Amino acid sequence: MQTGSWGAPMPEGLPVPVTIVRIKQETPSVRTFFFDISFPFSPGQFVMVWVPGTDEIPMALSSENSITVQNVGDATAALFGISPGGKIGIRGPFGNGFSKAEKFLAIAGGVGAAPLLPLARADCVMTLLLGARTESELLFVDMLDEWTDVMIATDDGSLGLKGFVTQLMDDLNLGAYDRIAVCGPEGMMRAVLASVGEKGIAHKTEFSLHRYMKCGIGVCGSCCIDPSGLRVCRDGPVFTGDRLLKSEFGHYLRDASGRKKTI
Amino acid sequence: MVTIRPGRVSVGGVTLDNHLLLAAGILGTTGASLVRMLTLGAGGVVTKSIGPVPKDGHAGPCVVLLEDGILNAMGLPNPSKDFVDELAPLANRPVIASIFGGTPEEFATVAGWFAGKVAGFELNLSCPHAEGYGAAIGTDPVLVEACTRAVSGSGVPAWVKLTPNVTDITAIGKAAERGGASAIVAINTVKAMRISTGLRRPVLGNRFGGLSGPAVFPVAVRCVYELYDAVRIPIIACGGIASADNVVEMMMAGARAVEIGSAVQADAMVFEKIKKDLYAKDGIDADGIVGCAHA
Repeated sequence: MQTGSWGAPMPEGLPVPVTIVRIKQETPSVRTFFFDISFPFSPGQFVMVWVPGTDEIPMALSSENSITVQNVGDATAALFGISPGGKIGIRGPFGNGFSKAEKFLAIAGGVGAAPLLPLARADCVMTLLLGARTESELLFVDMLDEWTDVMIATDDGSLGLKGFVTQLMDDLNLGAYDRIAVCGPEGMMRAVLASVGEKGIAHKTEFSLHRYMKCGIGVCGSCCIDPSGLRVCRDGPVFTGDRLLKSEFGHYLRDASGRKKTI
Repeated sequence: MVTIRPGRVSVGGVTLDNHLLLAAGILGTTGASLVRMLTLGAGGVVTKSIGPVPKDGHAGPCVVLLEDGILNAMGLPNPSKDFVDELAPLANRPVIASIFGGTPEEFATVAGWFAGKVAGFELNLSCPHAEGYGAAIGTDPVLVEACTRAVSGSGVPAWVKLTPNVTDITAIGKAAERGGASAIVAINTVKAMRISTGLRRPVLGNRFGGLSGPAVFPVAVRCVYELYDAVRIPIIACGGIASADNVVEMMMAGARAVEIGSAVQADAMVFEKIKKDLYAKDGIDADGIVGCAHA
């Protein structure tokens, strides 16, 4: 159930109007939008963000009053056009979030660091592997450095290891962690899944999935994954790797019409 | 409460595993999701509405949860002919393909893709928020009859889902019956709107949408009751059904089976839950109560 800043339960699931009070440019392509209203949530949960006049899109909460967004489409472009003082609508939080554990290894690629930030803020992350295309696109480096041990990989080698975050995993004793939390581009997550699958620890690795969503509340079916038919918005967005090993994950997804698209 | 003897149900030319179908537009976008709902106890499943060309649907918000129902304007998103592939894991299962078109010819074309692959069709002549489709056709008895006839000749049972957004739903029901429908499904959503007072604009991207859930249950009961007096073909009730007692009430109004949609939002296990309350080995034959409220 949603609660407003006044703490009273909302009787209905209408979008909660929020005012954007601050916008932080995180990287050349990523901004964090802070609201005047907080939404109690579990790390990994998401909200449906209504950009009036454009569309509504799912976004992970990067804190109880912020979303961290990469400009990738029409709705995000419209969001980037809003200045402090502007209003948007928020439905949620929705979905399951990451499990409650104290010793996480977190693996983040690009803007996938957004849902993992609250996990680090809650002091649940022992080590965080942070990957991006290039140094300037590394997200939340300063904050994460304060809260956890950060290891960095960039595609172009401009900072940290030249290569992928999966290579950083090879130097770690994975047995030291209770759980592994992963969010990033699907190709990167699939590589992590292959690695943890080989090591026999897919069941303790949690992946935050992204699929096209319309309703966010588990009725429309646009985000269901094969072959389980589970709903990313309601049964997820976080799934353990053992449920994804033999699935569409990393191979294909469906667009707004429901047609399959190869990843 | 009345309990009913469990067993297979034959209605409108289709054999179902029980009286409870998954309604169109609910978790019906993928074959895997439909398989899951059958596994979770649905006696049959109706697919997402499939039309002549792929559609992305309306801009969001498309759905909002209300205190007593769900308001939606999806805009008939569908993969069109590609959906045939989704049916692969559903061979010989009680699957009804919901189809729509803008003309009788388009209905016939879409039906042709699914012939031999589904147990029946449900003609969507009732979506209240898709321009040129659904209720745009379903409020005109002449078009309803023509679209129904375009599909009913295929040899596959053709159910017709009606909109309640008309002055006299029996006139539309009779038109479907004249067109050769095997059953009537009543009702689709009730045309509705909410406005965000904070943002000073309609909440739905499409402005108007359709209301479902417990809020429309009394409207659906009234429509089923009126149709039972007006047509001879079976009626399948849809609209806010969330409990075994709701099912029994719909049967007493005249329904031979029911479709469940919005109640799946609160609980994906709703089919098993209702079955547990509705069925008993020493229960009565459902025929004993269908339409009994008309006596």
